[in-house]
Amino acid sequence: MHPAPSVILFTTLSGFGFGLLVFLGLGYPGVTGWMAFVFYAIAYGLAVGGLLASTFHLGRPERALKAFRQWTTSWLSREGICAIAALLVMGLYAFGAIFMDRTWPALGVIGAVLSLGTVFTTSMIYCQLKTVPRWNMPLTPVVFLSFSLAGGALLAGQESLAIWLLLIAGAVQLAYWWQGDKAFAASGTTMASATGLGGDGATLRAFEPPHTGSNYLLREFVHVVGRKHAQKLRAIALVMGFILPVLLLVLPVDSNLVKHLMAALAVVAHMSGVAVSRWLFFAQAEHVVGLYYGKR
Amino acid sequence: MTELPTTTTRKMGLVIDLDTCVGCHACVISCKGWNTENYGAPLSDQDAYGAAPVGTFLNRVHSFEVQPAATAAQPAPAAQLIHFPKSCLHCEDAPCVTVCPTGASYKRVEDGIVLVNESDCIGCGLCAWSCPYGARELDLAAGVMKKCTLCVDRIYNENLPEVDRVPSCVRTCPSGARHFGDLGDPDSAVSQLVKARDGMDLMPEMGTKPVNKYLPPRPKDTLEDQVDILAPLLAPATEDPGGFLGWLDKALDKLPGGSA
Repeated sequence: MHPAPSVILFTTLSGFGFGLLVFLGLGYPGVTGWMAFVFYAIAYGLAVGGLLASTFHLGRPERALKAFRQWTTSWLSREGICAIAALLVMGLYAFGAIFMDRTWPALGVIGAVLSLGTVFTTSMIYCQLKTVPRWNMPLTPVVFLSFSLAGGALLAGQESLAIWLLLIAGAVQLAYWWQGDKAFAASGTTMASATGLGGDGATLRAFEPPHTGSNYLLREFVHVVGRKHAQKLRAIALVMGFILPVLLLVLPVDSNLVKHLMAALAVVAHMSGVAVSRWLFFAQAEHVVGLYYGKR
Repeated sequence: MTELPTTTTRKMGLVIDLDTCVGCHACVISCKGWNTENYGAPLSDQDAYGAAPVGTFLNRVHSFEVQPAATAAQPAPAAQLIHFPKSCLHCEDAPCVTVCPTGASYKRVEDGIVLVNESDCIGCGLCAWSCPYGARELDLAAGVMKKCTLCVDRIYNENLPEVDRVPSCVRTCPSGARHFGDLGDPDSAVSQLVKARDGMDLMPEMGTKPVNKYLPPRPKDTLEDQVDILAPLLAPATEDPGGFLGWLDKALDKLPGGSA
């Protein structure tokens, strides 16, 4: 699949933003006043920035509001509704914390559930697609949720919890790669099933494509360049996203300033690692339509 | 609405004969022509006369090579070239319809045709992602999703002569490889054809239940000896030309110097 920068930015940033909102809604940390303002500014910046980035890949962004209508069948529609609901509820909760020095725990819990629900609905947009076997696995929502919680805990300054969540997310990532590499073969879709040709032991190959140039399908679904350095990028994603942040958090430091600097470094490392992982999530995903072109 | 109808009154669709398709791409061109000038946004091209032209098409013809396995009867079978036209299969369980967030994609109850309401399409591309057949292409000029309409503006069009009330690709095909009709009616000509020729679904494991069917190519027969079947047709019609040429021939023969 084409790793569109807008979609990578969207899933990565909004994942962090809604992850942070989960922890803020649950009262970790239970901040008020200016401290709360800074935390909510970061969370809303990430979540809303991500959502705005996602509209850049639309052919007709001015009609984006129409996307809230079909929640009965469409995960994309459900995601939009969940995101708006989470931002509204958490906005009210943030208003209380920042300006009234009040926290309403029940409202916070609802906001946290909606925030987590937004990440889940995002992941289901990909998970539902039978046409992309690497995404069509129960592990896909687990990846999105575990990444969002780990990043949220890190941003919320919940260091002892963040270590465990980072370790879990790293393990989920490894399991996702391991299972994902076998997914296309396991799906049973081949050039033979795509064309109905080549029975009785015959050899089937794509002889000539329908067009000499490129087209929408090849640009969108058969993106091979991004996979070239997959193994190296996987190593980078794992080290930057999970191993380095955990090391930075567990190293014993005396000075408070150094401790804060290392936590900030852990956040930057984790974010870049997750962005690389998200690049691979798209670049390595193979759409079955490539079979008609003899490509994956 | 993006909920699929549980049943449709009719199942209009195409039957494509892989045995007779000659790969001329006439269906591709006639489809592009008709659908650029009629229903919905035109099918645009980008850089049409430049170095890297691309464009939107609703119908494309792939070509595959099938090399049959050697058998005792045929130790060295010739490879077969199969031309493979591909457009929307108007699936009964169309994933492109249910994923649509706006309700722009829908399947009609009366004839099962899958259409896009272009004024509601936001161009998110998710329907194209969900289609295993590559039947949908986002038009870069209009920013909306384009797909085969089964020429919905031809098949019911009473301004056209009755013979033209079929999809443009079917009307154009010079080898009769494309058939149009109601695949929900077991007595229709297309259903009978599918039954007689063991018509098949593409990617049945996807669970999309495509309405369009493909007729598999028949195995090629072999000639016992090399027979020049054109020879009798190419022989001169008459050995002895008459008229002016005949007189000229004879007159020249009489001159000294012989002839070739």
